[in-house]
Amino acid sequence: MARFIVRRLIQMVLVMFSVSVLTFLIFNVIPNGDPAVRMAGKQPTETQIQAIREEWGFDEPLHVQYLTTMEKVFTGDLVSYTTQLDVVDQIVQGIPRTLSLAVGAAILWMLFAVALGLYSAMKAGRFADRFLTVLALIGISMPVFWLGALMNYYLGFKAGIFPNGGYVELTEDPIDWAYHLVMPWVALSVLFIGIYSRVLRSNVLDTMNEDYVRTARAKGLSERRILVRHVLRNSLIPIVTLWGLDFGLVVGGGAILTETVFDLEGVGQFAADAIGQLDVPPVLAITMFVAFFVVLLNAIVDILYAVLDPRVRLQ
Amino acid sequence: MATRDASDFDFEGAAAFEEQAQRERVAGLGPWRVALRRLRRNRVALAFLVIFILLVAAALAAPIWENVAGRGPLANNLSGKVTLDGEEANVVSLDGIPIGPTWQSEYLMGADSNGRDIMVRLLYGGRSSLLIGLSAALLTTLLSIALGTLAGFFRGVVDAMIRFTLDVIWAFPVILLGVALGTALSLGGLQVGPVEISGDSKLIPILIIGFVYIPYMARPIRGQVLSMREKEFVEAARAQGMGPLRTIVSEILPNLSSTIVVFFPIMVANAILLEAALSFLGAGVRPPEPSWGNMIDSGVDRIVTAPHQAIVPGVMLVLTVLSLNVFGDGVRDAFDPRAKVRVDH
Repeated sequence: MARFIVRRLIQMVLVMFSVSVLTFLIFNVIPNGDPAVRMAGKQPTETQIQAIREEWGFDEPLHVQYLTTMEKVFTGDLVSYTTQLDVVDQIVQGIPRTLSLAVGAAILWMLFAVALGLYSAMKAGRFADRFLTVLALIGISMPVFWLGALMNYYLGFKAGIFPNGGYVELTEDPIDWAYHLVMPWVALSVLFIGIYSRVLRSNVLDTMNEDYVRTARAKGLSERRILVRHVLRNSLIPIVTLWGLDFGLVVGGGAILTETVFDLEGVGQFAADAIGQLDVPPVLAITMFVAFFVVLLNAIVDILYAVLDPRVRLQ
Repeated sequence: MATRDASDFDFEGAAAFEEQAQRERVAGLGPWRVALRRLRRNRVALAFLVIFILLVAAALAAPIWENVAGRGPLANNLSGKVTLDGEEANVVSLDGIPIGPTWQSEYLMGADSNGRDIMVRLLYGGRSSLLIGLSAALLTTLLSIALGTLAGFFRGVVDAMIRFTLDVIWAFPVILLGVALGTALSLGGLQVGPVEISGDSKLIPILIIGFVYIPYMARPIRGQVLSMREKEFVEAARAQGMGPLRTIVSEILPNLSSTIVVFFPIMVANAILLEAALSFLGAGVRPPEPSWGNMIDSGVDRIVTAPHQAIVPGVMLVLTVLSLNVFGDGVRDAFDPRAKVRVDH
């Protein structure tokens, strides 16, 4: 078991390393113009450009540039090319916003997915089930930024029920905080409710056919008890796995579209803005940040599976 | 749309399913015939397939509508007028607000802020979005089959290398990787050996979208090949002296076909959604050439003054993606009800 965990952790570090190299290469090997020229502003002289090149180390060979950049990522000295602000500071500023979005949305989508998925499974094949299936498919077919923009327009601008974007600190005013986040939570949850409720429905239906459910029924347990104690508990395992992974993705800034359309200024929106300006340092740092969550949660899931199922360890 | 799920709650449903399965087995039908038969009974899935085909036909017929409407997808018309109920109206009002749906051949779905005909752009944009969706899904499918089969069949070092590559791609959120690649590539274009792809070519979003979804499909294929190579029929092929290549082509690939058929519509749906997301972040199809994604993007910016600019292309996109998802759901129920298909977007 210890060997499995060590192997998994080494793999994790290797993936992280490759992610950083790949991100670095995307912006340095693909020709996108000279960053020194971009930074020098309008009508720069050749000496100005040369000075910037030397100051930022753009004249060094690629691997040296990579190493210095990575060193700065870990020491926290990374500075943006465009705003010259400290990248780590900016990410730290974005974290509470992104975390607020992730926590609220994750709770919302899990609650609704379990309720709807379970109900759908209980009514399998009937009208309610088909109706919920179509609803779930509509949910996964909508681009989140479109849904968000429509919510902003109809519920925010026209009806004035919810505020249009923006963020209020939790410590400042918890009620206003939640009030500002209702629309982002709902918009982000729709897709996940669609996916999770479908997965849960098919898990519940699969579990209903298990022998232990028949045994439970044979020994005279109530349907309610069977459903909650035997069926739901076992059907939830794969959903909880997905939940962990998706939560990690959103915390890491994966909800770029939701953050952008509601102007939350979290980690994801910071990443989108930086990419738009070809500002390599923040992109590199945020990519590492997201990848860290994705890879870490993947590793945790794998290790948990190995603990539960010894066969996995032998692979 | 599990009309007859094997795992239906009531005993009668399950019994009926068994009975039907029995009948199909007795008739000696192949798995494809059985699946097609099941699919044919799923009216909802078929109805949505028809909707999708109609949408594709409409996009193909874009030049016809261009003639009816009297202007092309790129023709600006900031100072023009249209006749509405016998009265003249500005296409774009003096304070820059474009006209809404007119429900007549000219500007059927209204104009955008450059005075272009949204309906004409919608049909031409559909061509872009569908072309990108279908080509990207095809690219993902081909590469996933190649990588998944190699990894699963040869195992060992090949498997370790492919799996590692997939893990790295997987560690990026789809949108982050897509936007990063899209932004970088759209500036400088891409040069692969002698082939040069310019930055505004539609090949760029196709390549990016085709690339980022590979792990989602290659991983399940690898798993399937891994278990298949231990089966008797592969062993039999090996015993007959078939080389690896022949075994893959004649034994493995045919058995992957149902997985591929189940995945494909859903991959197309996700590719269309990702194109829209990339356009929203400025890394998709480059304006003024229309795609549903960049039409929604420009509409979202102007939603307060002219909501139809965001709603019309959005509804079209949702309808297309929904029809693919519902049809794909039906295909999955028919071919492989236990398949675990999941793609992020």
